[in-house]
Amino acid sequence: MNPSADALKRQFGAAVRRVTESCGTTIVYIDPTRVREILAWLKDAPGEAYNYLADVTAVEYRDADLPLEVVYELFSLSRRVGLRVKAALPKDGALELDSVVPLWAGADWLEREVFDMFGIRFHGHPDLRRILMWETYAEGHPLRKDFPLRGRFSRSEQVRQALNANPEAHYSLAELGIAEAYYELPADLRERLSRGERGRIADAKGGR
Amino acid sequence: MGVIAKPEPSAGRVVSQVSPNWLTTRVDFLVNWARSNSMWPMPFGTACCAIEFMAAAASRYDISRFGMERMGFSPRQADVLICAGRLPFKLAPVIRRIYDQMPQPKWVISMGACASTGGIFDSYAMVQGIDTVVPVDVYVPGCPPRPEGLLYGILMLQKKIRGETLADPSLRVEQTLDERGLRLAPERIDELSEPFGNSLHQTRSA
Repeated sequence: MNPSADALKRQFGAAVRRVTESCGTTIVYIDPTRVREILAWLKDAPGEAYNYLADVTAVEYRDADLPLEVVYELFSLSRRVGLRVKAALPKDGALELDSVVPLWAGADWLEREVFDMFGIRFHGHPDLRRILMWETYAEGHPLRKDFPLRGRFSRSEQVRQALNANPEAHYSLAELGIAEAYYELPADLRERLSRGERGRIADAKGGR
Repeated sequence: MGVIAKPEPSAGRVVSQVSPNWLTTRVDFLVNWARSNSMWPMPFGTACCAIEFMAAAASRYDISRFGMERMGFSPRQADVLICAGRLPFKLAPVIRRIYDQMPQPKWVISMGACASTGGIFDSYAMVQGIDTVVPVDVYVPGCPPRPEGLLYGILMLQKKIRGETLADPSLRVEQTLDERGLRLAPERIDELSEPFGNSLHQTRSA
């Protein structure tokens, strides 16, 4: 058992709900409303120093009564110790959590993937939108158990939506990495792009 | 593996202004000889089939024997689009744009089970056969096909090209998307995308 589990219990009391061990990894279940606070402590407390966030992902169990779990894989590069932190979100409640991007910038795309695949929203995320599926994807969140394997729309509708997508409209000039061209743009256009204004994605006639 | 028939010429259209004669058949022979022996591929490799495609391009199998060693990574200088690998819906508009940018004459080889039918990926993310997106000339089966399989498909495409004639004006007609943005009728796409084989035993939801 990782001693960090007991340290967490001393520090946060009832916010640490359960501690188990699986295959040598200590798993700490925490109160989902206090995720950022607890992870910030794990990152910064001198005795803990879990400074590396290896992964953020989520699990949905086949048993419909079990809650969704958001999983944080932590690792301390200085101490060479790993810790798995889980936050359980009941399915009948709002699937919402605090983002940990303020703590680890690398959580940005990981949380976007969790949002894309499971529909869990992260408060305070700088840019929470789909990352694997395209932004106009309207069939839901594919890794949820109630999502049909072949999607919700008919194949012809899926092909129609795919062919009508403009493959370039997802990106702003800044995202495309044409940095020099971006800074040559007029200030008002730069400002509009930085606000996230983009070309219309579903407009097939204009896009082609 | 099969060569599909070209679309029926529309009813009432005169297929040929001049009947094939000695001159046109000699020109056909010359043009088809030149075209079939210098097909420049546009490789669209998305998965493991692309590895076999690379093997086909390398020295042991060497598709330069068929005049195909010049890979055109610009669609504007390519003749045959080789889709090697599965095609997700996210890439469907991309391959369609590449196909649209290729100048006539152009052909398409669908390499592998996934490109031809969706293969084992009967899922929410995968196009069930690239023929729902672009017209396909030759389907090469296999998962992935060995280079010999691709070479056989190339030989079949050469055979198909040698059977083309200038007297058929429908051959080089650009096949564009209709006003819905589809290549085929929706019912046809649903029919082509029907699950088959082991996919029949997959449940739609857990």
